[in-house]
Amino acid sequence: MALIELKGIERVFQLGDAAVHALAGLDLRIDNGEYVAVMGPSGSGKSTLLNLLGLLDRPNSGTYRLEGRDVTTLSADEQARVRSERIGFVFQSFHLVPRLTAAENIALPMMLAGIPARERNARVARALAGFGLENRADHRPDQLSGGQRQRVAIARATIMQPALILADEPTGNLDRHTGDEVVNLLESLNAGGVTLIVVTHDQAMGARARRRIVMEDGRIDHESSHAPG
Amino acid sequence: MRLADTLRFARDAAAGYPLRTALSVLAMSIGVAAVVILTALGDGARRYVVGQFASIGTNLVIVLPGRSGTGGFNPANAITTTPRDLTIDDAAALLRAAGVRRVAPLAVGTSEISFGGRLREVMVAGSVSDFLPIRNFELVQGSGLPDDDWSRGAPVAVIGATIRDELFGGEPAVGKLVRVGDRRLRVVGVLKPVGQGLGLNTDELVIVPVALAQAMFNSNTLFRILIEATSREAIPEVKERALEILRQRHRGEEDVTVITQDAILATFDKLLGTLTLGVAGIAAISLAVAGILVMNVMLVAVTQRTGEIGLLKALGAPARTIRLAFLTEAAMLSTVGALLGYLLGESGAFALRQFFPVFPAYPPDWAVIAGLGTALVTGLLFGVMPARRAARLDPVQALMKH
Repeated sequence: MALIELKGIERVFQLGDAAVHALAGLDLRIDNGEYVAVMGPSGSGKSTLLNLLGLLDRPNSGTYRLEGRDVTTLSADEQARVRSERIGFVFQSFHLVPRLTAAENIALPMMLAGIPARERNARVARALAGFGLENRADHRPDQLSGGQRQRVAIARATIMQPALILADEPTGNLDRHTGDEVVNLLESLNAGGVTLIVVTHDQAMGARARRRIVMEDGRIDHESSHAPG
Repeated sequence: MRLADTLRFARDAAAGYPLRTALSVLAMSIGVAAVVILTALGDGARRYVVGQFASIGTNLVIVLPGRSGTGGFNPANAITTTPRDLTIDDAAALLRAAGVRRVAPLAVGTSEISFGGRLREVMVAGSVSDFLPIRNFELVQGSGLPDDDWSRGAPVAVIGATIRDELFGGEPAVGKLVRVGDRRLRVVGVLKPVGQGLGLNTDELVIVPVALAQAMFNSNTLFRILIEATSREAIPEVKERALEILRQRHRGEEDVTVITQDAILATFDKLLGTLTLGVAGIAAISLAVAGILVMNVMLVAVTQRTGEIGLLKALGAPARTIRLAFLTEAAMLSTVGALLGYLLGESGAFALRQFFPVFPAYPPDWAVIAGLGTALVTGLLFGVMPARRAARLDPVQALMKH
């Protein structure tokens, strides 16, 4: 079943007099449970595509259907609700709130969604245990290593049990060893059924995905896929 | 987001930037404290003056020579010239008016008092036995002036407590002969010390029979006639009658001014009440300034936390939640500032009362309520704009600022 269906997506940025087509007539279908790497040079439209998939940005034209529902016409608050319930974000620079502890950072999406504190605590405790962060619950981000920070961010992205995880260069700020750990973690989530879309420059990381989309000038230049393993 | 979570989030956000938070709370608290202390001063002045006027007697109607254009109390009355003198007979005539309980003519001048080689200058008040009850003066020793014919100037004197202390030290004064001017008078009573009262220090006063005072100062005129009405309701009638009687006695010319204590009280009450209001207005400016500071702090917060706002949006926070979070933070800053300022102001007023016990420096309730209310309203009002700005941020742009 199709999780994501993009049809004729156009995204134009106005830079002075020049109109830049960040995405030009993009068609894309991603099924439930897929593991997709989006690659391509800077300015090829990878990030714009990710923002669009995450409902942080709107296309100038075209339709985006998420789980069969047209989400391009939703109001900002309805889109926020979709983000809250269906989409998890993992950023290159982690984006943890510096004054909150690891546990509070993980609980943030649930707090914003109005989930009662008791349930939050139970779910955070499970997440901390699942991501090997039990001893780091009360640490602030500046007391955590890069790998730990990204694990906290991934725990936060999954705490609402989304259907889709969007990761923007998730290993960009990590050394190879911790980067591999983070990728393993994301892949294990994918193995659990979550659709995973990773934007990356890293050829090695891209090669691990079952499906690779290479972008060029706002279009899909070519695609390749290989069997899992 | 739940209310408890919103409050906690805002509190943590404010606590996350301690210097900025402390400064805006300080500004707000100084504003509120200024309102509380300044109105306590203004209202204290009002209470002090009104209290002093009330203490000069009850249901007083005062006749002074000379005519001022309008009725009521006018500062110009104090310096008008005297077209026709007020006399002891005028005062005696007023005794017959209905609604009058007591009348005391008053003649004043300065002279010297000496006893046992000690000498000092004093204010001499010439009056009658009813002067003490009309002015609410009390005696600590002896008796008041003799209750005899007003035109008889018996050689006696009632002296103030300070004069007793300076001339007699610890010795008894009653019964002693003192010299006042060129006359020898017997001290019959000593006034209870009361301290300063509206420029006339009764502790340094010598009271003698009015006829004697006029003889000493070689004059027939009176400085004032004090009338005590039987009741508060009788005051307007007494005023009318007094004017009427004196006009008849002065051949139809209305050449005196009659003022009532009520009018003086009301005038000062209004005057100083307005002053307090004006002072409160000035202090309120500092509240507005504090409100603008809170707005500045919140605008800086929005800029500084742009990345965080983008994150909150990515995590599914609707605009309303973000608006509410920032508005709550602004409200918290001004609430804490207002409460702190209130405590600061109250302790300032308390300190004032400790240093100047006679000065009742209590902030009026309306000023406290208005001060706190203005602080909260300005805090919220000035919090709206930054909160809206935060809620309107574009998530993609916001997330890039990290």
